[in-house]
Amino acid sequence: MAEVKSGSSGAGAATQPQAVAKPKSGLQRLLAQYGVSYAFLLPYMIFFFAFLIIPVGVAVWLSFTYFNMLEPPRVIGWSNYRLLFLEDDIFVLSIRNTLFFAFITGPVSLTASFLLAWFINQIRVRTIYALAFYAPSLTSAIAMAVVWRIVFSGDRYGYMNYFFMRMGFIQEPFLWLIDQRTMLPVIMFVMLWMSMGNNFLVFLAGLQTVNTELYEAGKVDGISHPLQEMWYITLPSMKPQVLFGVINAVVLMFSAGFEISLSLAGLPSPLYAAHMILSHLYDYAFIRFEMGYAAAIAVILFIITFGVGQGALRMLSTKDE
Amino acid sequence: MIIKVGRFRMTSGEFTTIAALTILAAFMSLPLIFVVSHALKPIDELFLFPPRFIVRNPTLRNFQDLLIATYSLNVPFIRYIFNSVFVAFCTVIGGVLLASLAAYPLAKHNFPGRNTIFLVVIAALMFTPQVTAIPRYLVVYQLGIIDTYFALVLPNLAIPYALFLMKQFMEQIPGALIESAKIDGASEWTVFWRVVMPLVTPAWATLVIIIFVGTWNDIWAPLVFTRTESMRTLPIALQTLISQGSVARQGAYAAATFIMITPPVVLFTLVQRRVIATMAHSGIKA
Repeated sequence: MAEVKSGSSGAGAATQPQAVAKPKSGLQRLLAQYGVSYAFLLPYMIFFFAFLIIPVGVAVWLSFTYFNMLEPPRVIGWSNYRLLFLEDDIFVLSIRNTLFFAFITGPVSLTASFLLAWFINQIRVRTIYALAFYAPSLTSAIAMAVVWRIVFSGDRYGYMNYFFMRMGFIQEPFLWLIDQRTMLPVIMFVMLWMSMGNNFLVFLAGLQTVNTELYEAGKVDGISHPLQEMWYITLPSMKPQVLFGVINAVVLMFSAGFEISLSLAGLPSPLYAAHMILSHLYDYAFIRFEMGYAAAIAVILFIITFGVGQGALRMLSTKDE
Repeated sequence: MIIKVGRFRMTSGEFTTIAALTILAAFMSLPLIFVVSHALKPIDELFLFPPRFIVRNPTLRNFQDLLIATYSLNVPFIRYIFNSVFVAFCTVIGGVLLASLAAYPLAKHNFPGRNTIFLVVIAALMFTPQVTAIPRYLVVYQLGIIDTYFALVLPNLAIPYALFLMKQFMEQIPGALIESAKIDGASEWTVFWRVVMPLVTPAWATLVIIIFVGTWNDIWAPLVFTRTESMRTLPIALQTLISQGSVARQGAYAAATFIMITPPVVLFTLVQRRVIATMAHSGIKA
């Protein structure tokens, strides 16, 4: 067996006719012909499966068990899910918060990234503007809390309160980070500030690849206004970049809210007003060690993210066909 | 209408665009300027109310406090910096290497299963990494590497985003170039290192910055995979400083924030052009 194997790999990709001439099993022929390709893929795939694909499968299985890390997991059917949706009001609240957060910041951030990239592309000095818009996305939400805590401070000296009181909009200092009406909007504001990230660069780069002949052709066809040009020529030519951007935005919006929420509102946040699905997941998995229950939360988040991502892709890719 | 500013001539539309972008860019930079200025404030300015935006008597005292005095944390602050740098360094090297190796056959070879593998990678772009946190924790636990540097590096090496970008970029390399190298007797391994890798420098510069920033700012892995203070990284140290919230530590906290935020921004400034060149090929064709 070992002999045959070494023989076939010795023949290798270099002399293919020989490999075809000898009758071999399917696997051996595959290895002889494409072994090099698989060898290049192997290291990535080991880590990819060990830490991404298999964990997703395990999470699904764990979500049907009771597991506290001390005893082996005990299968309990759908009861985690039943508990989550029927008994756990805080979880339902966290879904509401997360969806509200994602469905507003996602589209706003995508649109803003595109428009900023489009405007920057109209002018000659680009580098410094690109840096100014992109730099916030490089910062750590935890570190930036030092700024936001001063800006949204609850006393009269926080910049927000100072400004609004000077303008006469409010009489008393407002507790931005404690009041349940403003906690989530503040987090969304911070998210938008730091969301002109890779998508913005993707769009900026994509704009430079649009075939300029299309614009000439558009002029002949009577497109005069730059905004018309953007809508009828630029956007359709950039569909691949837009699709990539949408996927990134979805993933970012469903995960990034947690860190900002953690650093500005704490865990748990007052009245759970800034409680995200990930906050709930972290709470149950790594504070209470109820791994089965937490896995069910993870699976639901996975389904939501994947569903929204696929839905957005389908919507965009059928739109102009 | 043409407006002249110095030797530059521009249309009024361009002028409006530039003015609007400048205001917005300045506004968005305010928090970052504040971080820099805050870190340089002497103790009396730190506690000034209303907070002064730009420092008047800049000092490096806060950095001294943070690096020399160990009163504020259980381990010297330099240890957190070392952990962060070391973990980011290893993850960047490993992540770029794995992504490049895997991207090469996906971009330039034809083999059974290629499309399926690529579809799985695209689907994995949509995985929120935290979703797999629990089973990952179990894997790391079973491997017996909880609370080691391995736990902070190994789970984060296979990055679908990195593989995707690298593959898209490698597809731009003309096949003839690779063929001629092979005709000259180069093995696939030589082709990869001598022909492909030098041609994709913009892509790997991009992956370096993306993986570095991701690891540097990551709070999830150190929270979940480490237990002892000496294995924690910068974001956790910052979070600790925040939650302690004591008056004496405000200066050290401001300095720590500065240390946390500066490296990604500096690194990006260095490779900005290459990043944009890479992103030009990032589209998904659906």
